[in-house]
Amino acid sequence: MKCPMTTTRIVDEYFIENRHRLLDIAAFLDRLERSADSQDAEADFRIQAFRGALQTLVDGRGERVRRVHMVFSDPTAEPRAALDRKAAYGAYNPGKAAL
Amino acid sequence: MRYIEPHAHMVSRTTDDYRQMALSGCVAISEPAFWAGWDRSTADGFEDYFRQLTEFEPRRAAIYGIKHYAWLCLNPKEGENRKLAREVIERIPKFLDRPNVLGIGEIGLNRNTLNELETFRDHVRLALDHHQLILIHTPHLEDKYKGTRLIIGALLDFPEMDPSRVMIDHAEEHTAEMILSNGFRTGLTLYPETKVSLARAVDIVETHGFKRIYVNSACDWGHSNPAAVPQFMMEMRRRGHSEEAIRRVVFENPIAFLSQSPHFAVPAGAEESVAAAAV
Ligand SMILES: [Zn+2]
Repeated sequence: MKCPMTTTRIVDEYFIENRHRLLDIAAFLDRLERSADSQDAEADFRIQAFRGALQTLVDGRGERVRRVHMVFSDPTAEPRAALDRKAAYGAYNPGKAAL
Repeated sequence: MRYIEPHAHMVSRTTDDYRQMALSGCVAISEPAFWAGWDRSTADGFEDYFRQLTEFEPRRAAIYGIKHYAWLCLNPKEGENRKLAREVIERIPKFLDRPNVLGIGEIGLNRNTLNELETFRDHVRLALDHHQLILIHTPHLEDKYKGTRLIIGALLDFPEMDPSRVMIDHAEEHTAEMILSNGFRTGLTLYPETKVSLARAVDIVETHGFKRIYVNSACDWGHSNPAAVPQFMMEMRRRGHSEEAIRRVVFENPIAFLSQSPHFAVPAGAEESVAAAAV
């Protein structure tokens, strides 16, 4: 079903909180450039996925939230042979696909 | 408005939380067995936990006028340990007749390993053999999509599976459709950072409809919010949804699922609307 709110009402209700989120993302990316060791964050698989997710937001196609999920998700179908660690990383690491 | 909290780990919460939930309209809580944040070392440790869930916690909840229900299992975070899993599963049947036990849960997968999947199947077998409801935890973050697919596949391999007796919890935008289209029930977990926010939960309900879906706080020992369900109700009102629609998600749908267990007592005055929600 549709969202019961009109476009203007959705903007009225949700613009400020999402503007805030956008600035938080911008600050996070700036912070990475100011890191103590100046290491390239792009080498980290999580940041690579993050960039991919950001592209999804502006590519003009629909279903953004589902597609952002899929950018971060493990696309493989076979169970892992053994437990590597208890906690998930937040993004799939293609370099570790063999685990 | 009265509501049901279908997923909360109250053993990790304070009496203040119980009080606040009661003040917000919570009349019943269902508490799945879960990971303590550290691995238990013996099956005896699990038995003590099951006694806590079936003896002590219901008494604690009753002080605040809240009915407390429990689910039993060895949780997915410990499912890799096959030997311990077998020992624990052997001990579960003697607890199933306890008056607040609704079924087996929260079982499922954590990192989608072969051993976790075997432990999951053993629990499903146990539930079916004892005619118990099933409550399922889907994995976190990057593991959720694959894990949900593996879980659904494993469930459908049981020919006697009745999907309306299975809740596949912690769904998000990329997993809700596959759960609902296979006839299972689904839950949205309202977490401050992971899982879904209040606004996204309302979006998912708007997108998938009001059938076979409920929301929960899954509050535990980590960053979580026992007031999440009443806050979801506020978010629904902010969107302009009717009181009937809100009541369906936070009260009637949980009852429609949980009341399939003979141990669940339908709250007074809810019988008719619940029968309607069950269709
Ligand atoms: Zn849980």
